[in-house]
Amino acid sequence: MSNNYFDIIRPGINSTFQDKGRECLYHIGIPFSGAMDNRNYLMANKLVGNKLDSAVIEFAYQGPHLKYSGAKINFAITGDVIFKIKKEHTEIEGNCYESYQIENGDEINIISTNKSVYGYLALGGELDLKFQWNSCSINTKANIGANNGKKLDTGQRINLKKINSNRDVKKINYINTKIENIRVIKGTNFDYFSEDGKKIFYEKEFTVSKLSDRMGMRLEGTKIENIVNTNIKSEGLIKGVIQVPADGNPIIMLSDHGTIGGYPKIGVVASVDYDRLVQMSPGSKIKFKEINLSDAETLFKLYEMETQNLLSQIQ
Amino acid sequence: MIKNISNLGDAAVYCDFGIEVNKSINSNVIKYFNSIKEKKFKGIINLTPSYNKLIISYDLKLTNFNEVKSYVESINVTDSITFVSKKIEIPVCCHEMFSMDIKRVEEKLNLSREKILDNFLNKEYFCYMTGFIAGMPFLGDLDKNMRVQRLETPRVKVPKGSVAITEQFANIYTFESPGGWNVIGNTPIDVFDSSKEDEPNLINPGDTVIFKEITLDQYKNFNEQ
Repeated sequence: MSNNYFDIIRPGINSTFQDKGRECLYHIGIPFSGAMDNRNYLMANKLVGNKLDSAVIEFAYQGPHLKYSGAKINFAITGDVIFKIKKEHTEIEGNCYESYQIENGDEINIISTNKSVYGYLALGGELDLKFQWNSCSINTKANIGANNGKKLDTGQRINLKKINSNRDVKKINYINTKIENIRVIKGTNFDYFSEDGKKIFYEKEFTVSKLSDRMGMRLEGTKIENIVNTNIKSEGLIKGVIQVPADGNPIIMLSDHGTIGGYPKIGVVASVDYDRLVQMSPGSKIKFKEINLSDAETLFKLYEMETQNLLSQIQ
Repeated sequence: MIKNISNLGDAAVYCDFGIEVNKSINSNVIKYFNSIKEKKFKGIINLTPSYNKLIISYDLKLTNFNEVKSYVESINVTDSITFVSKKIEIPVCCHEMFSMDIKRVEEKLNLSREKILDNFLNKEYFCYMTGFIAGMPFLGDLDKNMRVQRLETPRVKVPKGSVAITEQFANIYTFESPGGWNVIGNTPIDVFDSSKEDEPNLINPGDTVIFKEITLDQYKNFNEQ
């Protein structure tokens, strides 16, 4: 048994362990999973001195309330998150993108995300978790990964195998930017849609529906008319694919998506915009903007350089 | 054999083998799938073979569309690449407790329950692909007189083990899941086992499946033997 652990007083709405995700399993029906917002995931680990591919706790809307027992440890939270740190005689409001040291008896209470969906809690050390296919990422649909593939629950304990010996606190100034347009590349069934439907897709605003989760984001708006066939022979999906079923409302595939689908693909979200897309909460407005493949590749390179630059600033 | 190669977004190559669904096209898809899987090209992180398409997704940090496309074009898939295929018997109980859409199928096909089951059971079906949910096999082809459309409104929850049909295909729900196929029975065996990391799927593309009927008593006792 571990001497260093967190007791879960309140689990939060959708709290799971996530890491870099699983590869090479689409062909048996297992999606990539992993942290939804990759940049914030990496920054959380860097702020506590972990290896970048370490497991973190991902939460949506409301995070967990945890009580710590053990030797001194660092933690950091990334995203746009409101949280409190409770010590024996004090309670302070914490800042994202800043690591804090806590000790035996302290509590971390993650109240909510602020106009965004996902936040990340990294703990300075190594969590004691079950790995399946080289990843601990929890996939609640197939019950794969740590915690028997289930969300965190009240009364559970999060054990640490190891605590980082270097506990210097780190900080970076970072603000999550919002984007007005989500850039997309034309999908393989773009021509299934009427001229009006294509126009609607690029010119009208869509609203993120409440029926959105780690599997997919459903959108509502003006219906997109299909003039060829509302079904295709089932074929593979990847994250970011925008399918339009018979009802004319687009669905964007996210990290836990079904690996095969039979609805026409009108577009695919450019990789550069994925991290920011997943942070759009229900009620947010989305507008799509078409870009070509080579621009998408260049934009992703720039985004990736920016991420690496941010990580190198955290020392 | 690949009719057209295009990009699916900026992180996947979309290989189109044609529009029809048949074993010959699907075997070509599976040959490419096996060949690419074994060669482990830098940056390729996932392969999704389906009836007549193969989607190759890659890490955009490590490679790009043109590199992966050139690689796919350079592959020489010969008939010497074979894959091991198994013949698998799946016990299925078609008691009314499980066959919740049989009435609908009877009406749509204008066939009796007995005739439907007689047409469905004890025949060999080819596994074209697995996926949607972990380990779910897409099996075909059903007899021409057995083809029904999906439910108008999909179920929010289809029970684990459900054996269901739609159009020319049958499948097995490896987990409780939403779904719109016509459920005609249930199998007590685990078609997906995540504790077996090397071989979690009981049924893989290229395998042959035969459904054998069991009684409700046999079903109930199945996992106690």
